[in-house]
Amino acid sequence: MVGWIREFGMDERKNMTEENRSPAEDIQIPPRKSEWRRFSKVFFSRGVVIFGMVVIAIVIFAAVFAPWVAPYNPYQPDLNSVLQQPSRAHLLGTDALGRDTFSRIIYGTRTSLMIGLVAVGIAAFIGMTMGLIAGYFGGWIYAVIMRFIDAMMSFPLILLALIIAAMLGGGLRNIMIALGIGLIPAYARLMCGQVLSVKENDYVLAGRAMGSGNMRIMFRHVVPNCFPPLIVLITMMMGLTILAEAGLSFLGIGIEPPGAAWGAMVNDGYQYLLTHPILSFAPGLAIMLVVFSFNMVGDGLRDALDPRLRGVL
Amino acid sequence: MTTYIIRRFLQSIVVLILVTMIVFFSMRLLPGDPILMLITVDDLANTSEAEIEALRKEYGLDKPMALQYLDWLMGVVQGDFGRSIVNGGPVINDIVDRLPITLYLGILAFAISIIVGIPLGIISAVRRGKWVDTWVTVMANLGITVPQFWLGVLLIYLFALYLGLLPVQGYTSPFDNFWLSFRKILMPVFCLSIFPIASSARQTRSSMLEVMGQDYIRTAWSKGLRERMVIFRHALKNALIPVVTLKGMMLRNIFGGSVLIETVFNIPGMGRLAVDAVLAQDYAIVQGVTLLIVIVVLFANLLVDLSYGWLDPRIRYG
Repeated sequence: MVGWIREFGMDERKNMTEENRSPAEDIQIPPRKSEWRRFSKVFFSRGVVIFGMVVIAIVIFAAVFAPWVAPYNPYQPDLNSVLQQPSRAHLLGTDALGRDTFSRIIYGTRTSLMIGLVAVGIAAFIGMTMGLIAGYFGGWIYAVIMRFIDAMMSFPLILLALIIAAMLGGGLRNIMIALGIGLIPAYARLMCGQVLSVKENDYVLAGRAMGSGNMRIMFRHVVPNCFPPLIVLITMMMGLTILAEAGLSFLGIGIEPPGAAWGAMVNDGYQYLLTHPILSFAPGLAIMLVVFSFNMVGDGLRDALDPRLRGVL
Repeated sequence: MTTYIIRRFLQSIVVLILVTMIVFFSMRLLPGDPILMLITVDDLANTSEAEIEALRKEYGLDKPMALQYLDWLMGVVQGDFGRSIVNGGPVINDIVDRLPITLYLGILAFAISIIVGIPLGIISAVRRGKWVDTWVTVMANLGITVPQFWLGVLLIYLFALYLGLLPVQGYTSPFDNFWLSFRKILMPVFCLSIFPIASSARQTRSSMLEVMGQDYIRTAWSKGLRERMVIFRHALKNALIPVVTLKGMMLRNIFGGSVLIETVFNIPGMGRLAVDAVLAQDYAIVQGVTLLIVIVVLFANLLVDLSYGWLDPRIRYG
């Protein structure tokens, strides 16, 4: 009996002899491989999901190898080739300072991905911790944390990020922090809801009966079982964060010139819309493509990991 | 029902107080002396130490933080949001002019998102797998993806610059010139509503599909009810519950979007005011604008939640 309760905490199956094998042991536990097979069957079943994966792979590649991929230096003004229309030399033309738009878009992947990753990381870490504490302990701790989250949630994301950016000052690092803080509520709420349902499971009770402390129960039993929806949320949030960052940089907050950010490029090109629409169109299309890809991969993950989340996420 | 209303109301008040605290203390955490929020930089040069101390006393900035917060809160309740350091006038004046514009566009976009988004979701779910469904799904996925400000730029290029059908930018009150006003708000309202339309269509579709698979819908079909009856009476009512919850947050997103859209279309609303104030470091305005927008959002959420309790009796006793 004790043996099978233990099994949830640690892997003692290997040492078990035939005699003390409990009935639970006889249930066929499908091997990991088929779990992966089931996941990949659903995940790769839709064309758009594969498309999204490919786009994300290309974007990561472009970000990592930007100096080798980009045909020109994205920061170096070239006054001999100001505002050129797309040509074989400059695929997407050049901006008012003669910088190659295509190269700037390639370098822009670095800004978008970095801000997306760091902001989502900050938000996921703080938000999940808050949600875990609120959901696990309940009572007044729950009330305090969740009311605070409610208050944060009533701020529009862009406005909240704008205020935080105003407080901290512009710059890449502060935009990451601003967006990171702004995205906390989504994680806290989802995590809290997850914890509330997971902690009702028998294995948590069993863990407690075994004398496990709160920390052990939280991190051994509760947290791992909360993960699937959070992975989906993290993927979808990447898209949202990149979109929000583009909005902020469009407003002129965030990256300092000559840095390349897609939102700022749309705004720079806005002045030359009549004669050089490509300057605004191209970076916007890049934003849309990347956000679309993250959303689609998020959708695919959701369907493959936990289809019941449809409608929640 | 009364208990539900009271409980929900009290909850909103708690959240509202938390919001005022966040707004107040975030501005106080700013690097620099809050006295700089009261006098312009030019004045600062010709103001002596003693005069600054006097000012500090006059504005109560020598008091403990908690008391300062209460003072500020009392002021806000009476409509005193402090003074703008850029134009020197009371912040409330700027806000009173601009709030109606943002509310007008925002509520219009909100209404459109309901009128267009929910039916699209229903059609898409009912005709699952047909070409309508494919189109709605594709458009909805694009709609939640497209950067609103970029869409604005595209529309301006297409309809204003290239085709010359609509005015490029600006805002005219519908009371001054209705037709011009209508032509001017067409593009901004479209940009503001595209995300809410797309997300309500998505939400309604998946919620409808889920409900359509329930036993009671099969029962309704097997009773021989007509399609219209099954869809609207039995399925839609239940499917709308998660959609209504989502709608509560939608107004918040629309106001967030108005920050960008008002900049693109050069509309003198709250969003534009907030951006200008942040760039000019005019914190009294940032504070006032933020607080008002959040209050509107909270109020809308309260209304949504109350209607939710009315729609779904299970909530009232939950």
